[in-house]
Amino acid sequence: MTIRTIRPNRGQHYRPRMHCLQKIEAHMVEMQDPKSGLKGAEQKLNVTTIPHVITGQDIIAWLLNKMKVTQEEAEAYGTMLVAYGYIYPLQNHRKLVMCNDGSLYRFQTPYFWPTQKWVAEDCDYAIYLAKRNIRKKGVLEPFEQEHYTHLHTWLNHKWDFIVMQATEQYKAGKERKKPDRVVLDCQERAYWIVNRPPVRFCNDSRKPFFFQNIFYQQAIMRSKVKSSVSLGALVKFVNTYKNHDPFLAPCLPSNPWVTDNDTYWTLNIRRVDQCTKMRVERWSFSFFELLSDQRGRDDFKSFLKKEFSGENLAFWEAAEELKWGSAAAIATKAAVIFKTFLAPGAPRWINIDGRTMGLTVKGLDHPHRYVLDGAQTHVFLLMKKVRPTAERGPLKTAERGPLKDR
Amino acid sequence: AAAQSRPSALQSGESLATLKNESDSLKKKLEEERAKLHDVELNQVAEKVELVSALSIRTRRVLKGHGNKVLCMDWCKDKRRLVSSSQDGKVIVWDGYTLNKEHAVTMPCTWVMACAYAPSGCAVACGGLDNKCSVYPLSLDKNENLAAKKKSVAMHTNYLSGCSFTNSDMQLLTSSGDGTCALWDVESGQLLQSFHGHTADVLSLNLAPSETGNTFVSGGCDKKANVWDMLPCASVSCRLYDLRADREVAVYQKDSIIFGASSVDFSLSGRLLFAGYNDYTINVWDVLKGNRISVLFGHENRVSCVKVSPDGTSFASASWDTSLRIWA
Repeated sequence: MTIRTIRPNRGQHYRPRMHCLQKIEAHMVEMQDPKSGLKGAEQKLNVTTIPHVITGQDIIAWLLNKMKVTQEEAEAYGTMLVAYGYIYPLQNHRKLVMCNDGSLYRFQTPYFWPTQKWVAEDCDYAIYLAKRNIRKKGVLEPFEQEHYTHLHTWLNHKWDFIVMQATEQYKAGKERKKPDRVVLDCQERAYWIVNRPPVRFCNDSRKPFFFQNIFYQQAIMRSKVKSSVSLGALVKFVNTYKNHDPFLAPCLPSNPWVTDNDTYWTLNIRRVDQCTKMRVERWSFSFFELLSDQRGRDDFKSFLKKEFSGENLAFWEAAEELKWGSAAAIATKAAVIFKTFLAPGAPRWINIDGRTMGLTVKGLDHPHRYVLDGAQTHVFLLMKKVRPTAERGPLKTAERGPLKDR
Repeated sequence: AAAQSRPSALQSGESLATLKNESDSLKKKLEEERAKLHDVELNQVAEKVELVSALSIRTRRVLKGHGNKVLCMDWCKDKRRLVSSSQDGKVIVWDGYTLNKEHAVTMPCTWVMACAYAPSGCAVACGGLDNKCSVYPLSLDKNENLAAKKKSVAMHTNYLSGCSFTNSDMQLLTSSGDGTCALWDVESGQLLQSFHGHTADVLSLNLAPSETGNTFVSGGCDKKANVWDMLPCASVSCRLYDLRADREVAVYQKDSIIFGASSVDFSLSGRLLFAGYNDYTINVWDVLKGNRISVLFGHENRVSCVKVSPDGTSFASASWDTSLRIWA
């Protein structure tokens, strides 16, 4: 058996990517500068004449000159520009690469640039496909047809709206001049090729090796520890929890399944007057344990309130709610969290370092469920430091009571 | 996720031979790195650990009511309720402690292969050969028809083999025979993330308990277990993989065990591994020492699913003999 760890395509990568995209944008603007940029020409494609067409070799030559890099680097960067959708190919529109020859390209309109605020929604894609379907039946490619069928099923409740929008857009398109319409169609098509690429791999037998090599490289670079360390940690964990494992040590007063007496459960509900000694001991194993037990969290919250630092736990809980909540609520929750915890002068302002605060606030421009991860980790560690003080105080009094080990 | 956002950077000049060579040398380098970390065996580290004293685990409850093979079950966070799904198309919610059947839903498609209890205890998710995973909110009103409030959330292009809620009722993780795993937003049915990495059917998935709650493992027919960042498939041996040292550290098998294990779960401390087998038994393994501690008999057909209860006081097993058993 092999175990492979695959890098997540989570929002965590979202922020750094946005930063480099802004650099690319600057280049794109320069590239289209009337004086120092590239000069496009009219090109006849099928029956229509398309304006502002440039060749791959011209683009690469410009990059070579502007960025003072090697030929290979310029070609690679050129391909990036196509892959991210800043430049699109006119011929062979599905292959998102920059060819260093007479292949024809156009600059994508800024409306469709990746740095724009709106995310490529399934609903928009459905409208786009429906619109193309209206124009001419059977024009969708097989992978688009698959997407269309899938969307038709799970977006069925919205289908009337989708068809209506598609019809509106189709009508509006008909009223445009033909060259404008062709250009817009190319732009839109390019946008969707980037955001909804065909999933099927091409018949390149090198591809599996290519991806396998990337996997191996990532596996080599991933930080690892010696077996003695990791297995030592496993043994330590098992030893720590052994008295809390009902299969290894009796739970008190008895295991409900064995004796048909459920006192063990009633003694460990959230709002019991006195917590059992075992329960409090378990909280001491890790901060994660304390927070995972709702009662532990309650007691910790009371402690923090007395110390006037309750905002940290409140923020942590709000961040959890954002992370695990519904997608539709993300933007609203993010706004509330910003107003309550992060804005200058906020009522429950959390005291985190300037860099984390800056990155978090910036990330909130495009909120996604992992946008608060950095701040949340920071706050988690802050609370962790405070925990030993808490344990010496209120959490310890919990264990004094009539319940003792028999 | 790997293929979709990465542009094709494969140079036309790179030949198959070059890539193969690179692959071989990288693989060799990876093995060398791993070997450097291989400084001790699990049984050496576990030498000083006390042996586990004899366990007296017995069936404490038998849940009867399904009409056909029970393929999956899941515990509720309240430590006593569970949901089970069967090939007869029925999904039943039980109070395991009192043996009460609290809810029953008949699915339109009979083969229900996976089910899960929502963390709040207010809903269950299930699916199978209908290629979907649907969520049913549980009503307090016994007379209410649960099927009416059903919500289709996940859509795959092949059968649903596993499902699990993440830390809340709002997100659902699914695995499918189409070779992918996916994360869904329950409210809107939107696909949040899809995980492509298996080359064959994905048979099971399990979320890792952790501070961030962002990892899960999936096991598939391609004999690979993938660990994703956002345990086992049916094989004859159960294996323990050390993720930090990046290698396999233990294999739990005996010559006398011929049939494959379909499902495993750890006891609360991680010392015991409960594994359900196709020879109708459940084996209890000592994770650290590597030996089998006991064999549990009782089921009259294959054991399809094994899960330890949330507080570790018992574990439940589901079987093709149409029953579920709770052991402690």
